Amino acid sequence: MADITISKVTKSYGKTEVIHGVDLSITHGEFVVILGPSGCGKSTLLRMIAGLEAITGGTIAIGGDVVNDREPRERGCAMVFQNYALYPHFTVAENIGYALKVAGVPKAERQRRIEEVARSVGLETYLDRKPGQLSGGQRQRVAMGRAMIREPKIFLFDEPLSNLDAKLRVQMRLEIRKLHQRLGVTSVFVTHDQVEAMTLADRIVVMNAGMIEQIGTPTEIYERPETLFVAGFIGSPPMNLVEVEIRAPGEAVAANVPLAIPVFPAMAAGTKAILGIRPEQIEIRPGGRHALHADFVEKLGAVQLVHGRFAGVDFIVQCPTSEPVAAGQELRFEINPEMLHLFDPASGARLKRDNLRQHASKAIAA
Amino acid sequence: MIERTPILNFFTHLAMLFGLVLAALPIYIVFVASSHDFQTVNQVPMPLLPGDSLVENYTKVWNKSDFGTKFVNSFIVATGVTIGKIAIAAISAFSIVFFNYRLKMFCFWLIFVTLMLPLEVRIVPTYAVAANALSPVQGFLNAVFNAPATLLGLIGVGNLPQVAIALPEWNLLNSYTGLILPLVATATGTFLYRQFFMTIPAELVEAARMDGAGPLRFFRDVLLPLSKTNMAALATIMFVYAWNQYLWPLLITTRPEMTTATMQLQKLVPGPLFGQPPVWNEAMAGTLIVMLPPLLVVIFMQGYFVRGLIAADK
Repeated sequence: MADITISKVTKSYGKTEVIHGVDLSITHGEFVVILGPSGCGKSTLLRMIAGLEAITGGTIAIGGDVVNDREPRERGCAMVFQNYALYPHFTVAENIGYALKVAGVPKAERQRRIEEVARSVGLETYLDRKPGQLSGGQRQRVAMGRAMIREPKIFLFDEPLSNLDAKLRVQMRLEIRKLHQRLGVTSVFVTHDQVEAMTLADRIVVMNAGMIEQIGTPTEIYERPETLFVAGFIGSPPMNLVEVEIRAPGEAVAANVPLAIPVFPAMAAGTKAILGIRPEQIEIRPGGRHALHADFVEKLGAVQLVHGRFAGVDFIVQCPTSEPVAAGQELRFEINPEMLHLFDPASGARLKRDNLRQHASKAIAA
Repeated sequence: MIERTPILNFFTHLAMLFGLVLAALPIYIVFVASSHDFQTVNQVPMPLLPGDSLVENYTKVWNKSDFGTKFVNSFIVATGVTIGKIAIAAISAFSIVFFNYRLKMFCFWLIFVTLMLPLEVRIVPTYAVAANALSPVQGFLNAVFNAPATLLGLIGVGNLPQVAIALPEWNLLNSYTGLILPLVATATGTFLYRQFFMTIPAELVEAARMDGAGPLRFFRDVLLPLSKTNMAALATIMFVYAWNQYLWPLLITTRPEMTTATMQLQKLVPGPLFGQPPVWNEAMAGTLIVMLPPLLVVIFMQGYFVRGLIAADK
């Protein structure tokens, strides 16, 4: 079994702590994507699993064994690097087979496995070339072949697609997903690209500033962001975040614009909250209750993004290109209360409807 | 600076031609002098066209000076120094760049400052060590063992007996080891290697670790093949350097069968001893013979040499 259990892991460089007690368990055969902005510690976490970085505190266990003090080669992990990190003076075959050569696998056996792996990543005709003679996508495949040949318990991917052009990235994304389906090896994939995360992951781990913000399936992360950070980070264009004050049960106001939030009926008047509305979940309706003065319009083909000011903040509405909007015009729309997210402005935590209801019933009972 | 200006082209070619003449004219004169007989070469002015005693002069000087033995000696020394320098430079740069230990930068600077201490500066102590290679160890051991007695003597307590440790004498004079070893340490080479190793991406090192290769395996399988051009550049410089060594071999070899070609050359250019005029034609022939090996090395290696010094190739 190749499950990974990370408990209370911290990492410090000198006095600066960059990872603050991360807990995460990854089950056998799962594809987990660690997603976060640059500098959030996601690569550091991956490199600690690989054994390339020392662990300052806490433990990492693979298949039940704590591996804190083991060398990378003893952990059964294979890694695909962002810059591929191919040996420039080796041919493709030598690059793929180097791990076996180091392990002392006999030449005939090595040759057989190199050919097998090269076939499965579509490189069988390039075995005698040097990395310098390959395209970006082919190099990426060599890097994957090199990881596959050791038949590792765990695949680690450190932003492997960020050096590819957009089209190739989509293609390689699909190939990585297929590879995982075929081999079923536990995989951890680090990226800052949310589309990659959404399309590849069984579960996404969203990290920020050395801490885990939320762990969940792509759908959960999108539909129920647990923190303000996740709400703002996931989704493109990003979620509109409006600071509101509750006036009466089911009623809030933001910069003199009244907003109906009937799904959160029990909040006390005067409470401050942050309201999240996804641009793509706004309903365009002539004669709608709300109005957005369009400052400019971005046309993306199928959809267009209307930027403007609403309720005192910069606001984005996404609508089909067929909608006749131009800069300077007014766009009328409705907000579906079922699609709202509400966050506590102080802690950034999501305000849950259930909790609020409980809260309310307690208040009534009292 | 790629421009199509015929006038500029003309002047750059003129400058290059001037440089060429400046460098090649003395060698041409040496060649001409080596092709005349004794009488012609001592005429004033000396003729500027080659004469007809070329083969005769070269055979004579080769046999008279026993250049056969000297060339073998010079080759052994130059090759030994080159290989030694490359090996030491590569392994010490490997340690400095890829490992983290206390005093790492101190070690690096220690190597680096030896640039300021060429052999000529430290020739007396080096000779003393070569005459008895274990003498520094002996001195150190004596100092350590006598430290308590010395200290007590300083504060005036008692008169403790001094220990005298005597190690066997290990003499490097008149040996290839003695000719090679003191020249092997190289700050230039270490620095060149360090600069190259620092261009190796960290991910490559990590990939090798993931592939299970230990440090020495990585050094052998990845670093050494990647530094081929570097090595060639260093080999060229160092071969020429070692071949041209004069002072050190002169100092530590006394037996004629251990002397090198460069030393022999000096014996060919005597002052007018005992009233005899110098035999310039033979001296010049000897000069050209001794110049030939480094020249050939540079010609054959220059492709690598230039690549190794300007940039890391892909």
